[in-house]
Amino acid sequence: MEPKLLLNHRAISITLNRLCCELIENHRNFEDTVLVALQPRGTAFGNQLVQVLKENYHMDNLKYGQLDITFFRDDFRRREGLLKPSQTQMNFLVEGKKVVLIDDVLFTGRSIRSALDALQSFGRPSSVELCVLIDRRLSRHLPIQPNYVGHKVDSVASERVSVDWQEDNHSVLLMGSKEV
Amino acid sequence: MSSLQAKHLLGIADLPKSDIDLIFETADNFKEVINRPIKKVPSLRDVTIANLFFENSTRTRLSFELAEKRLSADVVNFSASSSSVSKGETLVDTVNNILAMKVDMVVMRHPKPGAAAYLSKHIDATIVNAGDGAHEHPTQALLDAYSIREKFGEVAGKKIVIVGDILHSRVALSNIHCLKKLGAEVKVCGPITLMPRFIESLGVEVETDLRAALEWCDIANMLRIQLERQEQKFFPSLREYTMQYGLTMPILNGLSKEITIMHPGPINRGVEITSEVADSDHSIILNQVENGVAIRMAVLYLLAGTA
Repeated sequence: MEPKLLLNHRAISITLNRLCCELIENHRNFEDTVLVALQPRGTAFGNQLVQVLKENYHMDNLKYGQLDITFFRDDFRRREGLLKPSQTQMNFLVEGKKVVLIDDVLFTGRSIRSALDALQSFGRPSSVELCVLIDRRLSRHLPIQPNYVGHKVDSVASERVSVDWQEDNHSVLLMGSKEV
Repeated sequence: MSSLQAKHLLGIADLPKSDIDLIFETADNFKEVINRPIKKVPSLRDVTIANLFFENSTRTRLSFELAEKRLSADVVNFSASSSSVSKGETLVDTVNNILAMKVDMVVMRHPKPGAAAYLSKHIDATIVNAGDGAHEHPTQALLDAYSIREKFGEVAGKKIVIVGDILHSRVALSNIHCLKKLGAEVKVCGPITLMPRFIESLGVEVETDLRAALEWCDIANMLRIQLERQEQKFFPSLREYTMQYGLTMPILNGLSKEITIMHPGPINRGVEITSEVADSDHSIILNQVENGVAIRMAVLYLLAGTA
């Protein structure tokens, strides 16, 4: 099956701006809010959001961290191959803060569960929200739902959603399963 | 995705360089973890680890236990002094009895060289060598090289001298293997009676003059004199050893450049190194201890993930 284009560069730009506006609506000047993007792939989306918030909406006092969840995953020793960690960069505590978790694609919800555990190593947040670029509906293994959604996709488990962040040419593709 | 080629950590001699690199990369992540407010991750929550110490240890044992607990493993401890070993049980029997209690990994220190390798052939569990006689002490060598990498950016091209009781030191042998694999230059320094024969075959040079060795090196790793392993006199007296090979501030200040001082512990202050040197800015001894926990977490995580 040919890859199907879900979002092109222009559509992603519009979505990024809309998500930023929604975030500002709820978090105003981000005084008590921290943005935490998940490694490895959520950080590219997080970087884009932060860039738009700063450049288009003048939010200059953002607290932005990158969290690796590898050591909190539930499939270590239960799958082939090693889980290789990425870097965590959290220069602040989340104690008493409103946290917005950021990831590119929400699928089974297991990464988010791991992230909720990993987040606790940095304190007890007052609340946690979830912002995703793509929500693959109807494929959740856990009762986890996003608060901010860029785009909803209906897909089957064997398909793959690929987010490609290229300079001036962002795209989101739906790839068919390899077996088909 | 890359994973360890080794199934056990028995020594550095058989460990591929790619494994060393992977352990270092993973240790970087764990170093960040152990500096969090909550220093614990759940990765090994379904793994049980037995720490079998047939020989005394403080630092290594605490470091392993802390690493295991920070990874959420279940830990059982065993020391030879309070066990059935003194009642005549063999090593394989002792360990098999412990494994019957469903233990996944064994961290073992033993006074006999080759004990860890022997065990790995006879039992079905992942073995981590925490020191076997005068043979190898792989995690110490890894944390030493990791500390050098942390301070200097890389190990390749650095000049390291290992000073002291090379003959009885598992730290020296593992360090030589590890540093050579990573591309460092290594010299050993000490009384000629404490040099193993054919040590040059490992690609190291022997230097008997401490000042000349220090003048050459970037890093000096000072070893303890292992009196407990010396069945005969290798030098006239400790005092004479200290006169010849003890590292003091005047010697350091007399060098034409600054060098970094390491020590695997336990330190005999006033013998191989004075307190002044051990506590000075030249020393990265306490960094080594901190890095030890990160390195051991990386080793346990990678071995558990590979098994």
